[in-house]
Amino acid sequence: MVNTSTPIKAESKNLNFYYSNGHLALKNVSMPIYENKITALIGPSGCGKSTFLRCFNRMHDLYPGNKYDGQIVMHPDNTNILADGVDPIEVRMRISMVFQKPNPFPKTIFENVAYGLRVRDEKNHRVVADKVEEALKGASLWNEVKDRLNDLAFNLSGGQQQRLCIARALATDPEIMLFDEPTSALDPIATANIEELMNELRGKLTILVVTHNMQQAARISDYTAYMYLGEMMEYGDTDTIFTRPVRKETEDYITGKFG
Amino acid sequence: MSSEHIYKQYDAELESVRAKVLEMGSLVEQQIVDALESLVKSNAKLAENVIKKDHLVNDLEVQVDEDCSHIIARRQPAASDLRMILMMIKTITDLERIGDEATKIARFSQKTQETDRMWTPRFAEIRTMANMAREMLHIALDAFARSDSAKVLKIAEMDQQLDEHYQMSIRHLITFMLEDPRTISMSLEVLFIAKAIERIGDHAKNISEYVVYMVKGKDVRHISMDAMADEVRD
Repeated sequence: MVNTSTPIKAESKNLNFYYSNGHLALKNVSMPIYENKITALIGPSGCGKSTFLRCFNRMHDLYPGNKYDGQIVMHPDNTNILADGVDPIEVRMRISMVFQKPNPFPKTIFENVAYGLRVRDEKNHRVVADKVEEALKGASLWNEVKDRLNDLAFNLSGGQQQRLCIARALATDPEIMLFDEPTSALDPIATANIEELMNELRGKLTILVVTHNMQQAARISDYTAYMYLGEMMEYGDTDTIFTRPVRKETEDYITGKFG
Repeated sequence: MSSEHIYKQYDAELESVRAKVLEMGSLVEQQIVDALESLVKSNAKLAENVIKKDHLVNDLEVQVDEDCSHIIARRQPAASDLRMILMMIKTITDLERIGDEATKIARFSQKTQETDRMWTPRFAEIRTMANMAREMLHIALDAFARSDSAKVLKIAEMDQQLDEHYQMSIRHLITFMLEDPRTISMSLEVLFIAKAIERIGDHAKNISEYVVYMVKGKDVRHISMDAMADEVRD
């Protein structure tokens, strides 16, 4: 089903997740995340795909009473990032996230990208400037902003703001990038730019993306997981999932028979 | 297909194009029957009819192609819908070619009816072959209509038998030609008819293989009968 020669970057093992109200949002989810590949999570609203994504950078820790049960193991160091002793801040340095709506900080373009480095206490101006340039280039934004790095980030267009957020996430050299509906607030051209950018990042970085847009999953991902009611229904390489899925539930969802 | 799409219009579009493919199939089947009839009964009028009706087959091919490209552009079909669309696009090519073969037979039929012929063969062998080919096409179209992939094995077997009949008729015709060179021209025409029928069998086999792809998502082209049996079973 899947290419076994590609190394696994992270692995979810029997992951259950309870929200503070006791709701079981993820049921025994196990799946591999292959290194330097794009894995897409698809499924109807409320199926748990965003909940699952957020486990990867311990976002649920922000609210008391949420409970993880199971493991997310990072390779090659075999760290269970859900383990009690693990610092969520450390996890977020290794696994960064881009959200649905662009959310730049009320700072300049430069400072937005430099933010993660400042959190890391990087004091060397030369190092910071180089990293910011590298990240902006990596996010295909450098040419558009290099002459206005001290402008406020809010002056950028929506698509540019989203690429700025990607640059900000790239600046700390993460191992995995999480994208939660990264293009649902963008027009088709900006969407195409972000997808093209993700395509360029493939091979350098492991990407996990939640999308409501099935064509987007089909276009950009190497592997696709279909989730429903908190369960992983089917996981496989994207070509197989979109041409001959095994389960009827998957078939119905991707052909638009879900209802 | 068992369940319906949320977009009802999408269901209607798929059903409409599927109906056109089946219509094209039954039209082509009738063309074979008429072409053969015109041959064995020396019915020139019927032969002319077959030739005239070929454009209907061609028109349907163009329509189905167009409908399928619209569905792809507007609906981005996936999974079984995608497989059905791809299958239909390929099927109509084979159906159109079967139509051409039927027309070819009708043209030879006209030739054999020319009055100054000194020898007119009896078409027993040709009739057997044509019936087999028509039966294969019928089973393949029925399998498509019912989304039934199991029939592919029967059709593959029939195709082997049809090929054997074809080889036999070649040998048979050669004996005629050796015995009396005056039969050569006629024998060659019969040979071309046999070839046309053998091709119809091949096209029917192709269609039955596309049905397997549509139903199971498995490609059973260019593999042995045993491998095919394995694929269809599970």
